[in-house]
Amino acid sequence: MKAEILEKLQVLAESAKYDVSCASSGTTRKSTPGGIGSTSGWGICHSFTEDGRCVSLLKIMLTNYCIYDCAYCINRRSNDLKRATFSVSELVELTIEFYRRNYIEGLFLSSGVVNNPDYTMERMVRVVKDLRTIHRFNGYIHMKSIPGASQQLVHEAGLYSDRLSVNIEIANEQNLKMLAPEKDHDSVYKPMLYIQQGVLQNAEDRQKFRSAPRFAPAGQSTQMIIGATNESDKQILNTSVALYNRPSMKRVYYSGYIPVNAYDNRLPALKQAPLVRENRLYQADWLLRFYEFNVDEIVDDRYPDLDLEIDPKLAWALRHPEQFPIDINKADYNMILRIPGIGVKSAKLIVASRRFTRLTSYDLKKMGIVMKKAQYFITCNELTSSTVSDTSPEYIRKLLTGKKTPKGKDNQHQLTLLFD
Amino acid sequence: MTALYDAYNRKTFPDKLLAFDEQEPLFVTESHSVITDNLNSARVWKGLEQKLHANTLNMLTCVWLSELPGSDELIFRYARKTFDSKHSIEMNFADADVLQMKKIAQKVNHERHRLIELVRFQKAADDVFFAPVSPDHNCLALTINHFKDRFRDQKWIIYDTKRNYGYYYDLKNVTEMTLDSTNLFPEGKLDEKLMAEDEKLFQDLWRGYFKAMTIKERINPKLHRQHLPQRYWKYLTEKQ
Ligand code: SF4
Repeated sequence: MKAEILEKLQVLAESAKYDVSCASSGTTRKSTPGGIGSTSGWGICHSFTEDGRCVSLLKIMLTNYCIYDCAYCINRRSNDLKRATFSVSELVELTIEFYRRNYIEGLFLSSGVVNNPDYTMERMVRVVKDLRTIHRFNGYIHMKSIPGASQQLVHEAGLYSDRLSVNIEIANEQNLKMLAPEKDHDSVYKPMLYIQQGVLQNAEDRQKFRSAPRFAPAGQSTQMIIGATNESDKQILNTSVALYNRPSMKRVYYSGYIPVNAYDNRLPALKQAPLVRENRLYQADWLLRFYEFNVDEIVDDRYPDLDLEIDPKLAWALRHPEQFPIDINKADYNMILRIPGIGVKSAKLIVASRRFTRLTSYDLKKMGIVMKKAQYFITCNELTSSTVSDTSPEYIRKLLTGKKTPKGKDNQHQLTLLFD
Repeated sequence: MTALYDAYNRKTFPDKLLAFDEQEPLFVTESHSVITDNLNSARVWKGLEQKLHANTLNMLTCVWLSELPGSDELIFRYARKTFDSKHSIEMNFADADVLQMKKIAQKVNHERHRLIELVRFQKAADDVFFAPVSPDHNCLALTINHFKDRFRDQKWIIYDTKRNYGYYYDLKNVTEMTLDSTNLFPEGKLDEKLMAEDEKLFQDLWRGYFKAMTIKERINPKLHRQHLPQRYWKYLTEKQ
């Protein structure tokens, strides 16, 4: 491999990095004799970029030439930008050599559109096919399907990939057409449907023949850009729920709009990407998937947008003081999950331990439960300090958002995706 | 484990366990030297196997490998509580020892994951992939099955520079090994003369890729360090 590759790699990584998904989880693939690698089931991050994002897959474009002109994308054809294209064999070798050094879990392949969707998709399929068949590569492969690609190519991609994705990008179709004139929801939902059909069909086949080849065993994901258009969080989260209702849809990613094309006045003039809002959406997404929350409990007509100051679970609790305090020693698991500051792990610990002893707040602290928020919403063995039902939601809110930490610091803290 | 066997035999239970080279604290009323006896410790382990889940046994191993001060006594107390109690104590996290076991085991397990993620192989001229590591806990052994499975068609060495031992995989078996000299890889970098021909290129490519991936508009050093603690940087190709 030659040194010019370095320049290509940098150009094509720069162009690919705005796609936020990087998960390598959702499937296991055992190593095979004579083959390279394995897929572990739990996502492995091999590194973290300086903006704090996980590096798990070699996230790369096959080419950043594009015939489309999507306003939110740095690779749009009207941008004057360094362009490059990998050959199939270059990209295959790069993936394998990175993998052998334990830099990556596998490949995340996307591409700009050259000539037409199928032409592009066919070259992408060649990369993943070579990896799997010639090199017997067992690492993770995520392929971003090109909007408008044919069912046959999507199907072939699914045979070699663990996960496929088609990005919806903008929740409202009118807005999508405004920013990406060559796209519409049909061009997104059709390939999504092909993937779904492939996954369902495959599940059936594999029941009959255990040896039937797998089709996108880690399902599909998609991404929405946040803050480039005027959708409310209610619209966005309802779109997510509709997407999650489709079989095979595993993850919806939210990507705070980064003003890469500031000159385009169809786009809002933002100084910074809406990172806090993005984080709140992820938190809301978690509440939907792991905390048994209903979307109407998080956003409704009265509160169409998430509160930026506090997390959505706390916001819900403060809107429902009548549900509290919750008795740690008696309440059902799903109510314990609703206590602000208590995560899934802590809730499970509580339910497991209280069979032995009545838990006190001291026990909770020992278990590593952060009481900062929780203290206002629980009772345990002893008398507690004032809970939300003795005082008022407004008072608790003030206590918890009080400017004890300097503003900048607090802000940074909110950028982490972890929350309870 | 032998200590535990002896204690049950002697019907006295110690306040403290010491390694042979440790100083005894003042006011020792009685001391008993434990000579490791494989038979007796196997008996104790068997006893534990009957009372504990496989997961809990793994946890005991993790705590042992943590090399944290007091972890031996913790295991001792935990085992004793297990034998003395009619019911399983495994889920009783209100018990300080049970909780502490879980916490330490989690720490070790966490570092095991870190190793799996952060090992960086450098390809040597003789086609062996070499990776130095220096984990806080002695958990390299816990990662070997993973690497053996994943990199089964390449020869590799993963070497703990802190404890001066490592594992070598020769395409068939993994063997424990100790190098006579660590001069071949000052600061964790393989000597350039020993590197495979294109090793430098791939390291440069990886560094270039890593740099290009950063979104400057979102830079967040605190989050970066939180995910990728500085103590691991010295062997990370992308941070060199
Ligand atoms: S089709 Fe994809 S690569 Fe091309 S401009 Fe649109 S978003 Fe960018």
